[in-house]
Amino acid sequence: MYIVIVGGGKVGRGAARDLIGMGHEVCVIEREADTAWSINHELGEVALVGDGTEVHVQQAAGMNRADVVVACTGRDQANLAVGQTAATRFGAGKVIARINDPRNESIFRALGFDNTVSATTSIVNAIELEVNKGLQSLTRLTQLASSSFMLSQQRVAEQSSVVGCTVRELRLPPSTLLVLVVREGDEALIPGPTTTIHASDLVIAVTHVQHEAALRAALT
Amino acid sequence: MRVVIMGCGRLGSMLAGELDAEGHHVTVIDIDQAAFNWLGDSFSGTRVVGPGEDSAIQEAAGVKHADVFLALANGDNRNAMAVQVAKHIHGAPRVVARIYDPDRAEVYQQLGINVVNPTTILDQMVREAAFATSSEREAASDEGDRV
Repeated sequence: MYIVIVGGGKVGRGAARDLIGMGHEVCVIEREADTAWSINHELGEVALVGDGTEVHVQQAAGMNRADVVVACTGRDQANLAVGQTAATRFGAGKVIARINDPRNESIFRALGFDNTVSATTSIVNAIELEVNKGLQSLTRLTQLASSSFMLSQQRVAEQSSVVGCTVRELRLPPSTLLVLVVREGDEALIPGPTTTIHASDLVIAVTHVQHEAALRAALT
Repeated sequence: MRVVIMGCGRLGSMLAGELDAEGHHVTVIDIDQAAFNWLGDSFSGTRVVGPGEDSAIQEAAGVKHADVFLALANGDNRNAMAVQVAKHIHGAPRVVARIYDPDRAEVYQQLGINVVNPTTILDQMVREAAFATSSEREAASDEGDRV
């Protein structure tokens, strides 16, 4: 297949490298001469210097015979322009548009771009997953030097069964010590047996690594 | 009428001032706060700082309730995207984009956008100005010959 990629940054260059590796014919349109030179140096003569949103540059890149056009600059308005000119002017069969700002996904959809890729969304989702993990379960902060003990933190979930329990009532595993409870408003308290656990408390504890799972369960 | 203008340069600020003076409800969006200096002291409309192609900024500028959205910033791609966000996301009934590149202007016209292309307009005006001058001269010299 013949694939025209607009934007030779990390994303465009990476795509070009992979697609060439798969045996496709590729042209990368890149605005910066230095970047284009560097791409040519690595991948052979595949880069064309120019503004990929300009019709005459698209023409020079042979967009009229492209099977796929990939718009992957760092600017959504440029990617939209590339997609729309490719489809309207050159009848490009397949346009893949990169979306940088996830809030622009709806406009790309409304304009009929079904093939969009949003790295930001993927990364944000991954981060949210990690953050929620941190909120709801135990995170290992550090392993205490030359021992089998670790320092951990766990946020007490809103719906957790331990909310309202005192520390004494928690089913803590052996060799475990709750060292600090950080409460809303950055109030920190050293928990004693009668300290009541609140929702959203951040509980810092020391435990033996083999009891990590048991501690997580005790605070969930 | 409620008019939202993106781009407060010479043209945007001029239009904003005129429409405001005519009694329209005008909101101006520009990415650069300093651009609002182009507006005269008498301007009574609203100023919004931010990228006008951003859906949230358009929301803040009240594009949802606007009768007209004008994209007069300097970038063609930015203007093209802005009017399409205004039209398709916020349902602006009438949008106009300034597109300098004649090729892209044609593309967006095909996509049903009201496009003003200064390049072709100026091309014609410059030609007319150039030819009018020479033909006037020719006419004058012709008359002189006849006399």
